[in-house]
Amino acid sequence: MSQVSNCEVAIIGAGPAGMAAALALTEYGLDVVVFDENPAAGGQIYRGITSSPLRDRPQILGKDYWAGEPLVKKFQACDAQKIHEAIVWAVSQQTSDFAPSHFEIGYSVNAEARLLHARHVLVATGAHERPFPIRGWTLPGVITGGAAQTLLKSNAIVPSDRIVLAGCGPLLYLIAWQYLNSGVKIDMLLDTTPKGRVLSLWPYLLDFVRSPYFLKGLNLVREVNSKVNVVKHVSELAANGVDALESITFKTGNQERTVEADHLLLHQGVMPNINLAQALGITLNWNDVIKCWEPVADIWGNTNVERVHIAGDAAGIAGAWAAESRGRLAATDIAFQLGKLTEQQRDTVAVKLRHDYVAVTRGREFFDRLFQPPVQFRRPTGDTVVCRCEEITASQVRETVKIGCTGPNQMKSFLRCGMGPCQGRFCAVTVTELIADERNVPEQDVGHYRLRFPTKPLTLGELAALPQTEDSIKAVVRLKKPV
Amino acid sequence: MFKRLPESEAQLNAHPVALKVNGMEVFCREGDSVAAALFAAGLLDCRDTPVKGVPRGPFCMMGVCFDCLVEINGMPNQQGCMVLAKPGMNIERQLGAREVQT
Repeated sequence: MSQVSNCEVAIIGAGPAGMAAALALTEYGLDVVVFDENPAAGGQIYRGITSSPLRDRPQILGKDYWAGEPLVKKFQACDAQKIHEAIVWAVSQQTSDFAPSHFEIGYSVNAEARLLHARHVLVATGAHERPFPIRGWTLPGVITGGAAQTLLKSNAIVPSDRIVLAGCGPLLYLIAWQYLNSGVKIDMLLDTTPKGRVLSLWPYLLDFVRSPYFLKGLNLVREVNSKVNVVKHVSELAANGVDALESITFKTGNQERTVEADHLLLHQGVMPNINLAQALGITLNWNDVIKCWEPVADIWGNTNVERVHIAGDAAGIAGAWAAESRGRLAATDIAFQLGKLTEQQRDTVAVKLRHDYVAVTRGREFFDRLFQPPVQFRRPTGDTVVCRCEEITASQVRETVKIGCTGPNQMKSFLRCGMGPCQGRFCAVTVTELIADERNVPEQDVGHYRLRFPTKPLTLGELAALPQTEDSIKAVVRLKKPV
Repeated sequence: MFKRLPESEAQLNAHPVALKVNGMEVFCREGDSVAAALFAAGLLDCRDTPVKGVPRGPFCMMGVCFDCLVEINGMPNQQGCMVLAKPGMNIERQLGAREVQT
């Protein structure tokens, strides 16, 4: 049986936000534990940065990737205790007398469950790709753009044969650019950004031109456009095949085409990884620009749950640089709440952090709008799979609404939609949008799945091996009455 | 199919990690996840789904989608993308849902 350990601040996630927060909190003399699912720090953005085989050819992944190295190195050297390959599956308010004002964090390492008590929690669980529900997106041979990038960064593994990239957003072009740098031939890039969208966004253009993303983005897109067969304004998309991907059908204007392909890399933006935050009881809001759920937090990362902060992309998509600023802002406020800083000291430190945050988020309003996934790739119809785990289709979801199902939680009892191992991570936003579509109401009114702990699957064996209190044993063991 | 860039190939050759995948011997690089090792070995799918029994393979490579479930050393429903490949590991196709162990 494992022992329960203690700390002042538990950080969940060692991406830019979690790392920056851990550095600041340890500087303030706090006792910090950082949980991370991966074997090494860096999050998805700096994935594999300490072990990538591509170290000697840094131009493949580009400067922005390697710029994360100093932060990762500093984090590795700081006093925080780092627990890697740790799956956090519960964060609950303590109810026993053991440590009344603490949170109890349940996590597993190597399929062995453990507990940790913390006074304060920082959720820095980052982002993941949004669903891209098209016909055939479950076929072997179809992977996410992010998956392709992870394979490149951490393993220097790339697709071969006929490769098609499809979707929209900066990451799609970044992957194409990184593939070009590594000598990978891309057969086609299908861009789903609708025609005329740039022009409709002129009010946001000035901020974007002044942003750090502008020149970088422009050069990258130009290079990809000059070297790859880029098809613009793709309005329909489907992957065909029986047991694996064989071809891709797409439409631009009135023209439909089918091309043979071995790999399809799908990407249409990222959204906050909210499962842990949501199960903790943090309020979520529908972001109608990015079209996803987003935790409600103030500039410090304070949430509606006392002593729980949230930072980085988990608190709303703003990118790696902003995540660092937000991680530090959260850390500064946590240090204040735990008595390590006065309010005045906190506010003094925050002046520069807020300034940095504003500078690195300038221009995001423009490309959040520019790259909003088109409605036909968010609100599927017919036999397109919505829930990959339970293999539920768009028409099944829509039919259920027609017979009276009003929300995602009721949908579960009708279809088991969202009840597979991914726990709704890859269908939640689609289900909300489909119900909103059928009922003709805003997404906010439809609501989201109610998530409960454990937020990652764990076996009964793991759970049973946890240390027990006397109360918890009494609660389940039937005692013999004294004779 | 997937292939290794020369750097990855060189690391594999210097320190090959031997795995057994569906009874066949497969070599991967130290530091590869099980899912990455399967991709590099030419396998695009790693399981049959529980509902329709159709082939499915790793999709997100970051622990979110649970499409890369495999049986590792007799333990079913392991996320291939979250487990580092270790010498001697025995990886088998996940056939449908995991059975209840009694």
